[in-house]
Amino acid sequence: MNTKIISRILLFIFLSTASIGCRKDTQVAPEELINTLFPAEPNASVRGLYLVNEGNMSMNKASLDYVDFTAGSYRRNIYNQANPEVTKGLGDVGNDVGVYGSKLYVVVNGSNKVEVLNVKTGKRIQQIDILNCRYITFSNGKAYVSAYLGQIGDRKAPNGIVAEIDTTLLREAKRIEVGRQPEEMAVVGNNLYIANSGGYTPGNYENTISIVNLTTFKETKRIPIAINLHRLKADQYGDLYVTSRGDYLNIPSKLYVISTQTDQIKKVFDVAASNIVIDDDLAYLYSSAFNTITGESIVSYDMINVKEERLISRKFITDGTDKLIKIPYGLAVHPTTKDVFVTDATDHVTPGVLYCFDSTGKKRWSVETGDIPAQFAFVYK
Amino acid sequence: MTINKTAFWRFHPVTYYSAILLVVFCYAPFDVNAQIDSLALDEVKIQSISRRQTSSTPLQLLSGEELKNLNSLSVADAIRFFSGVQIKDYGGIGGLKTINVRSMGSNYTGVFYEGVQLSNAQNGQVDLGKFSLDNISEIEIYSGQKSAIFQAAKGFSVGSSLYLKTMNPQFKYNERYHVNATIKTGSFGLFNPSVSIQNKLSNEFSGSANAEYTKATGKYKFRYTNGVFDTIAVRNNSDVERMRFEYALHGLLRDSSIFNTRVYLYNDQMGLPGAIVSNKFDYLQRTWNKNAFLQTSFQKAFGEKYTLLAAGKYGYDYNRYLDPENVSLNGLLDRKFKLQEVYLSLANQYRFNKIWELVLSTDYQFNTLDANIYRFSYPSRNTFLTALAIHANFNKVDIQANVLGTYLNDRVEDGTPAGDKQKLTPTLMLSWQPFTGKEFRLRSFYKSIYRMPTFNDLYYTDFGRTYLKPEYAKQYDLGLTYVKRFKNVKFQQLSVQADGYYNQVKDKIVALPGNNAQRWSIENIGYVNIKGFDLNLQSFLRLNELALNVGLTYTYQDAIDVTPISQGQVSYKRQLPYTPTHSGSFLGGAAYRTLSMNYSFIYTGERYNQKANIPVNYVEPWYTHDLALHYLLKLGSNELRLSLEINNLLNQYYDVVANFPMPGRSYRFTLNYKI
Repeated sequence: MNTKIISRILLFIFLSTASIGCRKDTQVAPEELINTLFPAEPNASVRGLYLVNEGNMSMNKASLDYVDFTAGSYRRNIYNQANPEVTKGLGDVGNDVGVYGSKLYVVVNGSNKVEVLNVKTGKRIQQIDILNCRYITFSNGKAYVSAYLGQIGDRKAPNGIVAEIDTTLLREAKRIEVGRQPEEMAVVGNNLYIANSGGYTPGNYENTISIVNLTTFKETKRIPIAINLHRLKADQYGDLYVTSRGDYLNIPSKLYVISTQTDQIKKVFDVAASNIVIDDDLAYLYSSAFNTITGESIVSYDMINVKEERLISRKFITDGTDKLIKIPYGLAVHPTTKDVFVTDATDHVTPGVLYCFDSTGKKRWSVETGDIPAQFAFVYK
Repeated sequence: MTINKTAFWRFHPVTYYSAILLVVFCYAPFDVNAQIDSLALDEVKIQSISRRQTSSTPLQLLSGEELKNLNSLSVADAIRFFSGVQIKDYGGIGGLKTINVRSMGSNYTGVFYEGVQLSNAQNGQVDLGKFSLDNISEIEIYSGQKSAIFQAAKGFSVGSSLYLKTMNPQFKYNERYHVNATIKTGSFGLFNPSVSIQNKLSNEFSGSANAEYTKATGKYKFRYTNGVFDTIAVRNNSDVERMRFEYALHGLLRDSSIFNTRVYLYNDQMGLPGAIVSNKFDYLQRTWNKNAFLQTSFQKAFGEKYTLLAAGKYGYDYNRYLDPENVSLNGLLDRKFKLQEVYLSLANQYRFNKIWELVLSTDYQFNTLDANIYRFSYPSRNTFLTALAIHANFNKVDIQANVLGTYLNDRVEDGTPAGDKQKLTPTLMLSWQPFTGKEFRLRSFYKSIYRMPTFNDLYYTDFGRTYLKPEYAKQYDLGLTYVKRFKNVKFQQLSVQADGYYNQVKDKIVALPGNNAQRWSIENIGYVNIKGFDLNLQSFLRLNELALNVGLTYTYQDAIDVTPISQGQVSYKRQLPYTPTHSGSFLGGAAYRTLSMNYSFIYTGERYNQKANIPVNYVEPWYTHDLALHYLLKLGSNELRLSLEINNLLNQYYDVVANFPMPGRSYRFTLNYKI
């Protein structure tokens, strides 16, 4: 063999590898704008819709997207550009989002914080640290945040808490111990209702809703419902719709209707509701039944008339798009147009999809989101 | 070498290493007519070069001085220098470090310790960061199975194989014992003494004992910036304490039978530093491990034609994980796992003549897993492996072919076990010397492998995923080796290995969270196609008393996700997470009398940390320069060795796994005394 030829070939290979890259200058992840996604309505009273993407645990990939109804556009990943100075950005696992007054609240579970942002600009106003925070709801100038544990490292403190945040001072005013691993909350009258899950003790789940009187900020009662509660929504008739996740084995998931007048179960729907939203007289929900033999989930989309408390035959996806949705995740209903927003978390490790359906169930548009698009908050004029 | 000028090249490291190559390949005299001088190449090196050249599966190895001189504390540090290998490194001394060869996944690499596989029935992974190099004499990696048919059936069952050989005693005439004591210290609060004693017990038997203790705070600075925020912090909860003791009895009997028995005891406790995410840098989770095994092997030839190799092992692994951030009615989350293994192997070799040989190997393995998890399945597994292999060694052509039968049967105490699994997989390997000269050889292999679901895949949560099938992979490889020894005083040897390959993984086991994160579903949905190219170059030069060796690797990988259900998604047909298209390493060693110096450079190109190759998932390339200086002092028959290592010389802050920062510049001092 001619060694000169060999050496030249090798030289070529390595000079060509010299063209492969070095590090680029670090930069702030820019916002992405998707224009003309749907017709703009400059005078819409519901101006927009925030969507928080959870991002996978430990990936620090929680992100915030915004549907701008007045511009007909979608803004993806707006937090970093609005707040480049925040170390490592929005954080790890965005679990909930809410709008109250002129502020947007984002609950970031893995980052142990609630971010308070300017609802118009997305600029940070304040960060409120709450360990293992889960969901947020508002009433009377206060925000209430549920958290899985009040403190960590104490084996005698398995209970969760609800923290009350003063929305003008933007700091935690007080907190109250509730059941184990509380999830969603709703306010009816002067009471805060909290779904306790007990998710950290699979052999002994919680089965109660905690009731907290908002004047005294004391837990007045715990009403037993079913194990491992998660979603909790109030309708306009003073009833709560609460989901039980069951034990994933023998006890199936179900949907319970509770009267806040009697604190009793009024009705049980035998649907494995994973997520539910209520708008006027209609509840929108999807459920997914997991088969441990085949490993497959069967997903169905249902609607309930909350006035009559019965499942109705109407569907909120009618054009077959449901076949394309791999893992339905987030759910929202536009308060005036009655458009339905459904997110697909796909395989949880790739960007999801946000679908918008009109009130007859036909797809209006869809757009790529961040990873695991989960919770929504509407922005009003 | 211009190593001390590294700083001038800091912004163009790739240019820098190309420049070194320019020097090596253009200006090194290729004078083939000069006198033979093989003094710089010792026997061990010549042997390893020839083994690499004739192996039908790509073989890379590090041994002896070369391994000793490398900037490495653990096995994981050393194998970064191999081509086709990616290390998933969670950073620091305690961070999990697993190997992934040719993007097939870490479950496809078998790690063999003194010939017997270190298996982990629970998750199929071996943390190579826990194996210190203290008692390791050689690391071999085959991007396929070992290229020798006389081996246990397990050897045929892996997609790639990492062989770790321990220090085995060799005594000169009149020598009765060797003592080797080492102490290492440096960054991360490292305190790492070790001692090994080798003792000649009789003419046939010798014993070796090795003990090592490692303690480190594991603390190091890391930095994250986006150009606006710029945060420097210290890694917390990264302390490590490890103890290891091994005793081996080696026998070379009068009838040439080989006998080896080894006891391995290991104990550690450490913090588990978590992901550095916004507003959360500190963690409290801890883990404890105890590993113990007893393994023995015996090889005996009966006459000229028949040889028997028998091996057995009992292994016990205990793992405890404490999470104070998860408080239940039972207190803090405190999980304990106990894995046990019994392994028996019998391999029979029959040589018909100088050309043909036949091997029949059978292995039996029994594994159990206990855990204090609510509704745990308590699985146990019987695995039977049988391999029939044939080898024909003609003058210029070498053929190996085998078929492996795998039978697997699971039992559980609670729930439904996975059904029996039974598979037959073939392998064909070819090595060919096309010309008269022995310098150039072509090789090729085809191999199919079933990767059985692990206990975690099947039984991690409260119900068995009995629907899971084994993963199925196919490997195709075509390569060449070229080894030339020059009869030149200066430029002594050049060896080249180049391989192109194509791997396909079907029915890849992928975890998918369901509608809520508490219930994950695990399915056989992944499909991956991997095209790649590995290149290895090695060269030895000698300039009077200065001996130089240069090694270079380059890896190209096009590993794409073709999972059918992802069709239409942004992840479809995109590069797999954490798989760089380009990566490589450069190793340069120089020895002058009692001094030697080692320089190494590792480059890993841009990657994505999730399946979608989009800007938010982008992970920057990283490249580190390491430097080591060694001084050897001979005191009669004793040896004193001093080493200084500087790792990540240019203090580059980088992540191998997103949000798990790697250390910046660090130092290590080693004092070693040999009697």
